[in-house]
Amino acid sequence: MGFFSKLFAALKKTKDGIAEKLRGLFARDKIGEDFYDDLLDILISSDISVSTADEIVENLRDRMISEKVKDKDYVLSELKEELKACLDMADDFELETPAVIMVIGVNGVGKTTSIGKLARYLTANKKSVTIAAADTFRAAASDQLEIWADRAKVRIVKSSEGSDPSAVVFDAISSVKAKGTDVLIIDTAGRLHTKSNLMEELKKMSRVVEREHPNANFYKFIALDATTGQNALSQVEVFDEAVGIDGIILTKLDGTAKGGFVISLCNELQVPVAFVGTGEKLEDIELFDKDEFIEGIFGE
Amino acid sequence: MALFAGLSEKLNHIFSKITKRGKLTELEIKQAMREVRIALLEADVNLSVAKDFISKVSEKAVGQEILKSLSPAQQVIKIVNEELTALMGSTNSKLNVSSTPPTVIMMCGLQGAGKTTLCGKLALHLKKQGKKPLLVACDVYRPAAIGQLKIVGEKAGVEVFEKGQGNPVKIAESGIEHAKKFGFDTVIVDTAGRLHIDEALMQELENITKTVRVDEILLTVDSMTGQDAVNVAKTFNERLEVTGVVLTKLDGDTRGGACLSIKAVTGKPIKFSSVGEKLTDLEPFYPDRMASRILGMGDVLSLIEKAQQAVTEEEALKIEKKFKENSFTLEDYIEQFAMLKKMGGAKGLLEMLPGMGTKLKVSDADIDENKIERTKAIIFSMTKKERREPSILNYSRKMRIAKGSGTTIQEVNQLLKQFEQTKQMMKMMKGKRGFRLPF
Repeated sequence: MGFFSKLFAALKKTKDGIAEKLRGLFARDKIGEDFYDDLLDILISSDISVSTADEIVENLRDRMISEKVKDKDYVLSELKEELKACLDMADDFELETPAVIMVIGVNGVGKTTSIGKLARYLTANKKSVTIAAADTFRAAASDQLEIWADRAKVRIVKSSEGSDPSAVVFDAISSVKAKGTDVLIIDTAGRLHTKSNLMEELKKMSRVVEREHPNANFYKFIALDATTGQNALSQVEVFDEAVGIDGIILTKLDGTAKGGFVISLCNELQVPVAFVGTGEKLEDIELFDKDEFIEGIFGE
Repeated sequence: MALFAGLSEKLNHIFSKITKRGKLTELEIKQAMREVRIALLEADVNLSVAKDFISKVSEKAVGQEILKSLSPAQQVIKIVNEELTALMGSTNSKLNVSSTPPTVIMMCGLQGAGKTTLCGKLALHLKKQGKKPLLVACDVYRPAAIGQLKIVGEKAGVEVFEKGQGNPVKIAESGIEHAKKFGFDTVIVDTAGRLHIDEALMQELENITKTVRVDEILLTVDSMTGQDAVNVAKTFNERLEVTGVVLTKLDGDTRGGACLSIKAVTGKPIKFSSVGEKLTDLEPFYPDRMASRILGMGDVLSLIEKAQQAVTEEEALKIEKKFKENSFTLEDYIEQFAMLKKMGGAKGLLEMLPGMGTKLKVSDADIDENKIERTKAIIFSMTKKERREPSILNYSRKMRIAKGSGTTIQEVNQLLKQFEQTKQMMKMMKGKRGFRLPF
């Protein structure tokens, strides 16, 4: 039993879970008029975008009608295939060192916590890691990060509250270059993607990395809260336009929300999911696995 | 209603075939409601909540007379908008107040919903109302959460009571004792973010409410929450008997349908909305505006209200009169800019318009604000006589003004040209009834 299956076991108990709804749908006597309409509703109600849900259902319906399929089990397995097709490139992610990982996202999605866990994950995989506390805006953010750095036993470069985040990035890069550190992880302040001045600040930090550490592989990860709804798409679009997104960290998957929006994100924007966060403990981070994710949604 | 893009376009399309006026038929309503349902789902309204809503609204809409002033699509939007507003409840941001102080307010919610920041905002809000609030730090789990609350408290000028990483129930208890002893009339208890399915932590909150008298339990919800909002709100409400909801991060571009789901499953009032990172960014919840937002129709109402607040009727009439008498001068021109500034600047205004939130390249608006400053500098460098009679401006006067304002003579000329254009435009509008200034 994979970690996703464990997570989704909690979901089975909730009546509103997508697995339960799908089971109800496929328990019907026959695939009638309303079947595909209801399927569309169920997909949307797992936070998949309307356009992707529509695409999935249309594809499925067309194929099932042209193949004159009556067998429900076959329809179900084909539905899974459609969903998997959306996630085709979802786990195409590989980290090459030396690397700089900049973690960005809106407020409260779990960036700082994810960075702590990511640092531990990388050191467990024999990489040397340094963290840069470039969230100089939120009260006590660097203190919070420092506690995580202690737990993960990695170095941290920090500055005082209100200082220029790009300067912190600059200092951290000088430090990792001097020490030959494999991975630098940059924490950034949470910002709503609608605040263009804060997006400019991100672009500046990004330019500093490219200029000061040209030999490093530069990854920009967006942290997304699994509880988020349709707005996830807008978040990724706008951050992607500003600095380019290389991967998603899907956080808080230990709740009852499943982060169904990643299906539409992968389908519509071709952004892979790099990591998933599954709790508040240091080791609660995993690589994304699309098959387990789909099986999890179906509650199997 | 011309601004209502998206949904209204789709509805217009459905009704485009209907030429004759009359009553809304069942078939038309059914087609229209499919679009409304999709719009609600796209706004993150929970599926079952959306379905219930649609069936109620359909019943009301069928057979309704189409008003003369509206198109059928507008009529449907009007009905839907009214019903949504009604469902989200009345404007009520009053907090419960205990007859025996201190009044105790407890925050609760998922991780990252914005509880700690909200604590600071609420404390400042109460302080402005003449209350004496105390913040109590009961988030003993998240690293540096207490430190964050202390900084937030300091910014708000409100005392923070903390006992380190102790037992939250005990800390709440002694915080309230502290409040009684030192004459605080309101206690705001910050708690750790927790999953609604985390049995141990939910029990902890229950224990706080059993040990001390809590007058207000505010569930803090991120407005970007998706379909799961229903599960979260239902569980918190069942376990704790929540008394109100606060919607955070509404300054983003989320449509915020989660609040409709929460209201529908808990029946509890949404008391505040949080709209920015500054401590003053706390507003009462306006159901009518939220309804428009969920339907994707922008915050037109907020815009109108903000304009009303910033510009008194008197001021507006004064300028209007000047236009009509054709005595509008550069002095009045500058007054207009001051009004614009009061309304949050060009940038603030633009952000409230439908569809402008993200699409708008705010750098454009930034330039505008700079331009406003330069314009002001130019006008302030003129003599009183020049401001009233720009026609006397010759080359040497213009050179002096350019030097005085740190601009160029070209910019001075540009301003004069714009001023003339504005006057011309206003003259043209003079005859029209119901004419109002743009701001």
